[in-house]
Amino acid sequence: MEYTAERRTTETAYDDAIVKQFLLATVIWAVVGMLAGVWIALELAYWKANLGLPWTTFGRLRPLHTNAVIFAFGGNICFTGIYYSLQRLLKTRMWSDTLSRLHFWGWQLIIVAAALTLPFGLTQSKEYAELIWPIDLLITVVWVIFAVNFFGTIAVRKVQHLYVAIWFYMSFVITIAVLHIVNSLAVPATIARSYPIYAGLTDALVQWWYGHNAVGFFLTTPFLGLMYYFLPRIAERPVYSYRLSIIHFWALIFLYIWAGPHHLLYSALPEWAQTLGMTFSIMLLAPSWGGMINGLLTLRGAWDRVRTDPILKFLVVAVSFYGMSTFEGPMMSIRAVNSLSHYTNWTIGHVHSGALGWNGMIAFGIIYWLTPKLWNRPLARPSWPTTHFWLATIGIVLYTVSMWAAGLTEGLQWRAFDATGQLKYPNFVDIVHQLQPFYVLRLLGGLLYLTGAIMMLVNVFRTIAGPVTAPAPAPAAAR
Amino acid sequence: MSDTQERGLTAAHRILEGKGATFAVLTTVAILIGGLVEIVPLFSERAGPGTLPGIHPYTALEVAGRDLYIKEGCYTCHSQMIRPMRAEVLRYGEWSRAGEYAYEHPFLLGSRRIGPDLQRVGGKYPDAWHFEHMRDPRSTSPGSIMPAYPWMNRRSIDPADIQASLRALRRVGVPYTDQEIAAAPADLQAQAQGIVASLKQAGIDTPADREIVALIAYLQRLGKDGRAAIAAGETAPEGAGAGTR
Repeated sequence: MEYTAERRTTETAYDDAIVKQFLLATVIWAVVGMLAGVWIALELAYWKANLGLPWTTFGRLRPLHTNAVIFAFGGNICFTGIYYSLQRLLKTRMWSDTLSRLHFWGWQLIIVAAALTLPFGLTQSKEYAELIWPIDLLITVVWVIFAVNFFGTIAVRKVQHLYVAIWFYMSFVITIAVLHIVNSLAVPATIARSYPIYAGLTDALVQWWYGHNAVGFFLTTPFLGLMYYFLPRIAERPVYSYRLSIIHFWALIFLYIWAGPHHLLYSALPEWAQTLGMTFSIMLLAPSWGGMINGLLTLRGAWDRVRTDPILKFLVVAVSFYGMSTFEGPMMSIRAVNSLSHYTNWTIGHVHSGALGWNGMIAFGIIYWLTPKLWNRPLARPSWPTTHFWLATIGIVLYTVSMWAAGLTEGLQWRAFDATGQLKYPNFVDIVHQLQPFYVLRLLGGLLYLTGAIMMLVNVFRTIAGPVTAPAPAPAAAR
Repeated sequence: MSDTQERGLTAAHRILEGKGATFAVLTTVAILIGGLVEIVPLFSERAGPGTLPGIHPYTALEVAGRDLYIKEGCYTCHSQMIRPMRAEVLRYGEWSRAGEYAYEHPFLLGSRRIGPDLQRVGGKYPDAWHFEHMRDPRSTSPGSIMPAYPWMNRRSIDPADIQASLRALRRVGVPYTDQEIAAAPADLQAQAQGIVASLKQAGIDTPADREIVALIAYLQRLGKDGRAAIAAGETAPEGAGAGTR
């Protein structure tokens, strides 16, 4: 509908080459990042899987996996969606093509630098902020480039009102800059080593203020922005409630930032900070579900199409997992629940229901929708997205269920007493052993999810290599 | 947008949506408040984590060992924070006090216990146990899923490098004196020789400059100051330190 009208008048004005670049980077890094995840999952199931090499131990590859999936896969899909939608929502080309290219190549350079440092043990150890200080500086420069281009585009816009997706993008651009700079402040000792300016629990709180809001503002707000743009476009339905989007946007960005201390419950962090973290985490349920409700109800009247359209399937499951993980998160922030779940695989299951379910599934849906449009070709393997969808969905279920079971098992056994009041499982290794079948099951889930991602990679590249659609753009069959 | 008539909130917000710069400023304010309220008070005496008397900075060799602990990503599987719960205290020892972390740059609390907590591992096993455990974890802990770290017996640390680390740590607030920094390479040697001697008694021959020696020094230090400080605090008059959170 809207799309064809736009195309006729302003097709040449939009820079879609940059969108294509980010999309290809997304599908490549998705496979790389998930492969690293499968590898470290294998290492927990079979310890010999590092092959006796220093560069492939769990301790060194785990940060590579998290950085690759969050910043390489997650980052690139956000940029894909933002560069595509921002231009169309503001009816203008990106402010500077040069900055767009610098952003793209700079971001890929950061990812390559991460891959060339983390396996060699060059790390700052702060979770999701492991990269050494020279790379941190590069991230800052590239982020400023992106921000200037983003706000420059807003400044030259041809549409007065900023659509809700852009509010979420804006909070992403601003907040990630603040988080990254504050958390990375450190004094270098050598080119590869530095020490953070904060000490002990202050450092821990700054880190988890960063870490939790990497989830909040890297894996949530930009993805909600993508949801607000792509879901109505793909479903061809208007957003359910404008009023709800206003309320949940401001509530979400205000509340999220307080939630970090829930990572430090029962630690020696001052009690008042722990209580604030817990309280705000529970409140966060409301605006999170505001987003989920607004997304799902946008589909009203389009539910019949969910049965047949794999892209809508991906989006529906994504928004549903967003709702599930944002229910689970506040629940795990309750001190009593956290006393059981903390330090266990439950947390890993929780993170992955958000990452695989929400971030992954919405990314796949967008990629399958955008690829035929951007390259003006029908999907080379139109039936594969449905297979991908089921592989991914079954993979997530295996993953989360096995990690819940593993988390409850170890959490309960760590704290189990015998009749005399002594620890029932005093030998830690005995508990580790009980987890082996769950680790194998999780590995299987991860493998299914990775297989789906590889099918997507093949499909995208075969589509690009295939013949151009003649002459009308993006036929309905390509969906 | 489904609303046909815009009144009140939606009408006001419509105006805001036309003003990009104002929108960006309000967004910035909204995301700054929580962080400021939670983080800034931690730098104050009263509301912050506080200090614990008897906690001392790491020695040069221990700093080198700690850097290796970070390099190998030990914190991805081992926590260093014992929660104030009976099961944890029984398994690992005294629960963690805030002041114990006063010189931790970066903090290494960890977020996952694939292996056990290490905050009070110092002194729990002899040096030779750690040597064997790092070479082949299953030789000391049958059934362990920890990788073996044989390269730590082959790789050397650079004693010259340590002064740069201590200087950087001093800049972030760890009270190393000029003399301590000047003597660091010699101190490092002396402490390493001590560990080499204790390993020799157990029949293990290893040169003093090996990574494993520095790592053992660090692991054997973990939790020691804290344990002593907590014990001292319990016998001291009320309000003197150990209970500080």
